[in-house]
Amino acid sequence: MIHFQDVVKRFGDTTVLDGLDFTVAPGERVTLIGPSGSGKTTILRLLMTLEDLTEGFIYVDGEPLTHELRDGKRVARRPRDVSKTRRRIGMVFQQFNLFPNMSVLENITEAPIHVLGKPKQEAREDALRILEQVGLRERANAHPMQLSGGQQQRVAIARALAMHPEILLLDEVTSALDPELVGDVLEVLREIARTTNITMLIVTHEMQFARDVSNRVLMFDSGRILEEAEPDKMFSHPEHERTRRFLQAIL
Amino acid sequence: MSDLLDTLAAASPQLWEGTLVTLQLTFGGAALAFLVAVGLGLAALSPWVIVRTLVRVIVELFRGTSLVVQVFFLFYVLPLWGVELAPYTTGILALGLNYGAYGSEVVRGSLTSVPQGQWETTTALSMSWLHKMRRVIWPQAWALMLPGLNNLLIMLVKGTALASFFLMNDLTFVSDQMRRTAGTFTSYGIAMVIYLLIALALSWALRVLEARALRRLGLREPTKGETAKATAEAVA
Repeated sequence: MIHFQDVVKRFGDTTVLDGLDFTVAPGERVTLIGPSGSGKTTILRLLMTLEDLTEGFIYVDGEPLTHELRDGKRVARRPRDVSKTRRRIGMVFQQFNLFPNMSVLENITEAPIHVLGKPKQEAREDALRILEQVGLRERANAHPMQLSGGQQQRVAIARALAMHPEILLLDEVTSALDPELVGDVLEVLREIARTTNITMLIVTHEMQFARDVSNRVLMFDSGRILEEAEPDKMFSHPEHERTRRFLQAIL
Repeated sequence: MSDLLDTLAAASPQLWEGTLVTLQLTFGGAALAFLVAVGLGLAALSPWVIVRTLVRVIVELFRGTSLVVQVFFLFYVLPLWGVELAPYTTGILALGLNYGAYGSEVVRGSLTSVPQGQWETTTALSMSWLHKMRRVIWPQAWALMLPGLNNLLIMLVKGTALASFFLMNDLTFVSDQMRRTAGTFTSYGIAMVIYLLIALALSWALRVLEARALRRLGLREPTKGETAKATAEAVA
């Protein structure tokens, strides 16, 4: 379970998130939509600890992520503790970010071996199994530069899955891809949604995909949740005029 | 022509000695400079302001004062405070600190040029600082910093000539001595050729390292040997 409590995020004078409260249940798939700058990507980045939390708390399964309340005071947790909680979370980025100095297989086994301490052989077998899932087993020894964007993104998904996260964050994972490569990546994600119970937070402009995989859609505007609903309701009968205009613009 | 050969033959033991001293200063200075550059370059990215400020002060101090004055300071001023350094130590220390300060900017710049997404991914995978540096960030920064380090190494080779200021028998000192017997043109001409050869050899070595680093990042075609190795691994 993910719980955001009174979360405030400011970049200098700009308030991106303003007293945000929301909860995601285990196994739930939540899609975040909204105009750019509405704070949806910031939510994923805060969960991944890529940004500092200005105010408030984030809990993962009741465990505080970066800050906790101790004797009535809000204090930062030690990096080691943060890292422990963070290991439950995986993230796939818009730009894939594969390590260029490693083969496909090494990209996937690097953290399981050196962060989780998995035996090499086991990590390798696990990686090959996941590569099979994303349809790239035969490219295990390829270099990232030899792969298409869609293939690179599928490797990045495999890399995140190899850490066996309970929560997967997908930050506009198809936005940097050529249109004809988007389908394969979304197919892989649909399959993961169907066959696992990983909690997913998804920021995307692919509304059909959002409709297919998510249980709930949150519409963000100016750092607040404007409305939330099941995908069918959100996409066919949004309550707010602002949501209607946004959906019209992107559909 | 035979005159020149005779002079050369007569001077060759001293020339050889001088070249050796220059090479020792070069390698000693470069080794220290590299350590200083990496240390300061990494420290420049520290999350603590105090550390970053300290690095700034050190870097500006050594970059902003003359290398010759630094050498004189080490050689003539420190003894007044009871610290006597051997000529070799003085030379290596001055070269290492000075070029290390320049090098740290190259190291820092290369590290920060590794795309932000790479750093963020190491966080997303919960890698420790040492792990991400050693396995992800450094191998990428290394390819970026080699051209800059190459440049500095060649400047360092020429910088060793200042050892002659405190009477070390380096190449510059020896050729200066040779002037009386061999003539100005011959002695300085020979020195120039030797410096050039050292610089070319080192520059070539670093280019080889750079090409290797780039190939590892998939930015250059692999050599035949590497392709064969990769194929063998893929088959196995």
